[in-house]
Amino acid sequence: MLAAFSAVAAGASRRTLAATALGAQRGFAAAVKEADGDTITVEVNPFKAHRIDPPATTVTATKDELLQYFKELYRLRRMEISADMLYKAKQIRGFCHLYDGQEAVIVGMEAALQKTDSVITSYRNHATHVMRGGTVVEVISELMGKVTGASKGKGGSMHMYRREANFFGGQGIVGAQVPLGAGLALAHQYKGDGGVAVAMYGDGAANQGQISESFNMAALWDLPCIFVCENNHYGMGTAEWRSAKSPAYYTRGDYMPGLKVDGMDVLAVKAAFAFAKAHAVAEGPIILEMDTYRYHGHSMSDPGSTYRTRDEISSIRQQRDPIEHIRKLLLDNGLVEPSVIKGIEKEVKKEIDGAIEAAKAAAVPAPEELWASIYKDNLGMSLRGLDSTHMHTYSS
Amino acid sequence: MAAAVGSSAMAAALAQRTPAVGPSGAKAPVRRPCAAVRASQRATVVAGAQKREMMMWEALREGLDEEMERDPTVCLMGEDVGHYGGSYKVSSGLYKKYGEMRLLDTPICENGFMGMGVGAAMTGLRPIVEGMNMGFLLLAFNQISNNCGMLHYTSGGQYKVPMVIRGPGGVGRQLGAEHSQRLESYFQSIPGVQLVAVSTVANAKALLKSAIRSDNPIIFFEHVLLYNVKGEVHAGDFCQSLERAEIVREGTDVTIFCYSRMRYVVMQAVAELEKQGYNPEVVDLISLKPFDMETISKSIKKTRRAIIVEECMKTGGIGASLSAVIHESLFNELDHEVLRLSSQDVPTSYAYELEAATIVQPEKVVQAVHKVCGARGLVSA
Repeated sequence: MLAAFSAVAAGASRRTLAATALGAQRGFAAAVKEADGDTITVEVNPFKAHRIDPPATTVTATKDELLQYFKELYRLRRMEISADMLYKAKQIRGFCHLYDGQEAVIVGMEAALQKTDSVITSYRNHATHVMRGGTVVEVISELMGKVTGASKGKGGSMHMYRREANFFGGQGIVGAQVPLGAGLALAHQYKGDGGVAVAMYGDGAANQGQISESFNMAALWDLPCIFVCENNHYGMGTAEWRSAKSPAYYTRGDYMPGLKVDGMDVLAVKAAFAFAKAHAVAEGPIILEMDTYRYHGHSMSDPGSTYRTRDEISSIRQQRDPIEHIRKLLLDNGLVEPSVIKGIEKEVKKEIDGAIEAAKAAAVPAPEELWASIYKDNLGMSLRGLDSTHMHTYSS
Repeated sequence: MAAAVGSSAMAAALAQRTPAVGPSGAKAPVRRPCAAVRASQRATVVAGAQKREMMMWEALREGLDEEMERDPTVCLMGEDVGHYGGSYKVSSGLYKKYGEMRLLDTPICENGFMGMGVGAAMTGLRPIVEGMNMGFLLLAFNQISNNCGMLHYTSGGQYKVPMVIRGPGGVGRQLGAEHSQRLESYFQSIPGVQLVAVSTVANAKALLKSAIRSDNPIIFFEHVLLYNVKGEVHAGDFCQSLERAEIVREGTDVTIFCYSRMRYVVMQAVAELEKQGYNPEVVDLISLKPFDMETISKSIKKTRRAIIVEECMKTGGIGASLSAVIHESLFNELDHEVLRLSSQDVPTSYAYELEAATIVQPEKVVQAVHKVCGARGLVSA
């Protein structure tokens, strides 16, 4: 038994196994069925379904929609690449978890939701903040610990929030945001406002007990909740099949329906979310497993190349990149001239560069901010400082 | 199916949902949205005008009822809080009045439902999460610390978490180590939460009402031995400050600080001390975080001696924190070092005698006063 285990553990076949699992869905099934003026009809990769009939794989998109997706995807990519450079230049420190590679998930999701729906996610949340209407300046400023940041420089990379757009963060403890997401769904049901809550987590977090607890409660009470497993195939440096007995995360709700979605394709993601929202509101919770990929390592201290091959990363970049997919749809179908796309790229680069400059120029938080926002109200009390002699007043 | 479904469609969908059928064939009631929330006109509750006597569990129940009546965003969730009525009867019968949505019977998953409470609180609801026993809340420690306590800060003040986490704790019914915990010390260092310990029928109700109305997360300590204590509640819609200590007895010789059930242990000792000619001041801390330093320092400046009596652990307990603050900020006001009477640094035993020896008994308080004030007056036979 032990010998057999050692043999498997040492076996080179494991890496191959991972590559095979990832490679099972190569490229986009993007055969254009028909183009009608500015609208194209596309076949997306089939959805895998658990306890539910999957939505149709034939979807349509207009030129304007595709241009919007392209701009959003490209903007998120540039922002994350810039964050990487700023980190290497030591302008950003601490934790920094980048989202490049996974952009289609958040762009497709927001294309199908309203801002009255609630969203909560993990620490990989820069793109979520922007897609909930936040600015690049807020993200880069937060990463730099500036007062102009999404959380006034007090949250950092993992803690961005946007209350006016029902974005609830930004949570640093793996999986702990999922029960909160179920609570957001409970609030939608309690208020009867017709909204849904989206609780996002990764394939690593999927093994947390509190996620099973949340599934049970959400299903028990038919909460309008969409659980989204962003499966980028590695929980930090541990491949999914090394941590999950069943890496079919869309089936892990057992009694709860689920869909596995090509998470690199905005159009597939959008279709899945539209379907999931209607289901969640009318019937109760559903799991969407997004088959996606992160190009960077888990965080800045992880080169991302010790537990996966460079071939694997480059083949996904070449065959499944979400931005290139939309670019190709726009150009191959003659919807726009290449110059239009170049124009968007130029405009975005300018925005990101301007945001970086603005963040660099912004002030660091004032010292008083240290004692602010501990309690919602000033309790009429003070807080002892480091040496117990200096007293500080709480402020809201 | 359409992507966007309006709220009226939601209500219709809820109404059409097939009610769950239990094994007995009984239909569970359909869960409906709490329509009153959006119309949120906070009704004024006209409570009885005169003082009435009742037990602590009844006072807590009455406070809860009044706040739920007054504000449709207030809801209670936890194990057996609905149909069963709460393991200590604090929510008995309320399910019939407010329905399943507001008296939410959760599965046994403290981590999960605590997180759910935090999420709901972030949206503006005011959930009260009951720990059937405080010891179970250790399963939810991450939610209480990282989310409940810190979200307001990490969001730069954007989100508040107006929730109450409450339930019974403490030593005294031979419930064994896991169900006889003294968790104040565990929670006291979490930034952003307030710790409140109730001790009388009157303050239990008045403090619960304030805790529910507070915009901060409140950890609300009830004591397993106090639910059946009898006393009067205040007349009318009476709320008590969560941040103020209560002066239980004015005196001049020494200040005895206590909270929760130790208030009764101290008052038993005081009855004996009075016979011996001592005149101690007794202060019930009520707020275990932050401390009411105004009341504390005023009393110490008067008596110049302090004894802390707690049920909490000696190491890292409430007394440890309080004595440190007193020594640091009131050293020159003291005529004697602060004495701490805490429970033993051991797990709580089942055996009655060992359990009793784990916590402070009245004679220890008497001895401590003798030590701090010196022998004087009558010595009991």
